[in-house]
Amino acid sequence: MDFGVFTEALVFYLFAALAVLAALGMVVARSPVRGALSLALVFVALAAMYILLNAPFLAVAQIMIYAGAVLILFLFVIMVLNPRTDILGARSRAQTLTALVFAGAFGLLMVIVLTSGQLAPPTGKFPPQVVAAQGHTEVIGALLFTQFLLPFEIASMLLLIAIVGAMVLARREKGARKNIEG
Amino acid sequence: MNIFGIVIDPAIVNFVILVIQCIVWIVALLTTFAYIQLVERWTIAKIQVRIGPNRTGPRGLLQPLADAIKALFKEELIPSNADKLVFVLAPMISVVCALMAFAVIPVAPPITLFGVEIPMQIADVNVAILYILAIGSVSVYGTVLAGWSSNNKYSLLGSLRAAAQLISYEVTLGLALVGILMLTSTLSLNGIVNFQALNGWLFLPQILGFCLYIIAAIAETNRLPFDLPEAETELVAGYYTEYSSIKFAFFFMAEYINIITVCALATTLFFGGYLSPFHGVAALSGIPILGWDGIWWFALKVFILIFGFMWIRGTFPRLRYDQLMNFTWKFMLPVALLNILITAALIIGLSWQNGSLALR
Repeated sequence: MDFGVFTEALVFYLFAALAVLAALGMVVARSPVRGALSLALVFVALAAMYILLNAPFLAVAQIMIYAGAVLILFLFVIMVLNPRTDILGARSRAQTLTALVFAGAFGLLMVIVLTSGQLAPPTGKFPPQVVAAQGHTEVIGALLFTQFLLPFEIASMLLLIAIVGAMVLARREKGARKNIEG
Repeated sequence: MNIFGIVIDPAIVNFVILVIQCIVWIVALLTTFAYIQLVERWTIAKIQVRIGPNRTGPRGLLQPLADAIKALFKEELIPSNADKLVFVLAPMISVVCALMAFAVIPVAPPITLFGVEIPMQIADVNVAILYILAIGSVSVYGTVLAGWSSNNKYSLLGSLRAAAQLISYEVTLGLALVGILMLTSTLSLNGIVNFQALNGWLFLPQILGFCLYIIAAIAETNRLPFDLPEAETELVAGYYTEYSSIKFAFFFMAEYINIITVCALATTLFFGGYLSPFHGVAALSGIPILGWDGIWWFALKVFILIFGFMWIRGTFPRLRYDQLMNFTWKFMLPVALLNILITAALIIGLSWQNGSLALR
């Protein structure tokens, strides 16, 4: 077997196993902080998958946004609230049963999809050869600022509105501020 | 590839080279860390009119070794109410992230050894700048988890401060580099160095970006005047209060390796990386060392920047927390956005002058 192909397969299975185990860990973990950490591990494993798919920009964005920003805020909230793990850890039998039923149903769905042979190879304007020639980051950048400019701007406006909303909610009146700080 | 008559797959050769490179890089970084720290103690001592370490070995040159032995043999404590797994994991995350970030920085032009071209960087990633920012955002985990898992309110406060500070300054750090991307239109550090080989250092057209980058970098590495997460007069030692022995040393290591990395990145982005300052000068380019591009220029530039960091640490008072946050959100961020506008105007103006408004 070719060494390059072998290492690629090895890396894939390594990170695939890591992703699955970490995802399980996230569900099973009693401590919310450990759960959040497992989720971070899932993101890292997914980023590795993107790199294997020749999408380095996506990989780095995945780490930066999900692991670096979103999950850190989760951790922030968990740390400040410090929820009691004994309450979170208590599970009823009904919960376990429901979870198992849904997991089983999802597993069945996956098996049906995978064995149906309906999975088509990627089609569209950007097959791997075009992406390789133009550069992955360049393709995304060009599309964002041309074809998808409107959705892109709407998304950024949405974020801005969210930030301003948070500011308005968190703002203290001038009189109240004195009491808190003084 | 053919070595002593045995045919070897070039992929295997590349893999072996990569492993050797990783080991050499890590050893070099850790040695640099040890001696940068010694130089810093000397520099700070000079600034504060003290003598500084001078007992261990000739002129105190063996001090890092003594520190390492001390760190290794001290008693290791884990607080009884700490989350043990996370407590042990946190310093590791810090060190691993610090070491990982350096992988994409080209320290010298590629060299040819036994007919194999060896790039003087571990990974030529074409999204290198974003990679470094991403690793930087992951390293926040080390700090946050250390403070939380210690189960100590001072640690927790320190890590909350650290997280808020790091996230805030990351925004400016990223925006400060956008100007460079606009000028070079590449995210690859090799591409940026090559751009500077043709067009001169980016320091001058991006002077504003450079100032913003350095300020944000000092905040990112938690150093004075932005060392609030570990302000010893307020928080004992911040997020690593409960850490002792080698785990404490890990945080120390991560901090200094981060300093080396941000200075190396500044060198690569703004000062031409490993390029000689006389790169374009025909009369000087033939002179050995002086005219050649190489790791010596890279090391010199990085050291000058690190020395600047030490100088700043020795001479500035610490900011207050609200000043720190106001400074980044109300001053640095708008200036970073202004820098992007100015750069855009510069690019359009230049292409106008050339008679072609052809933007890529």
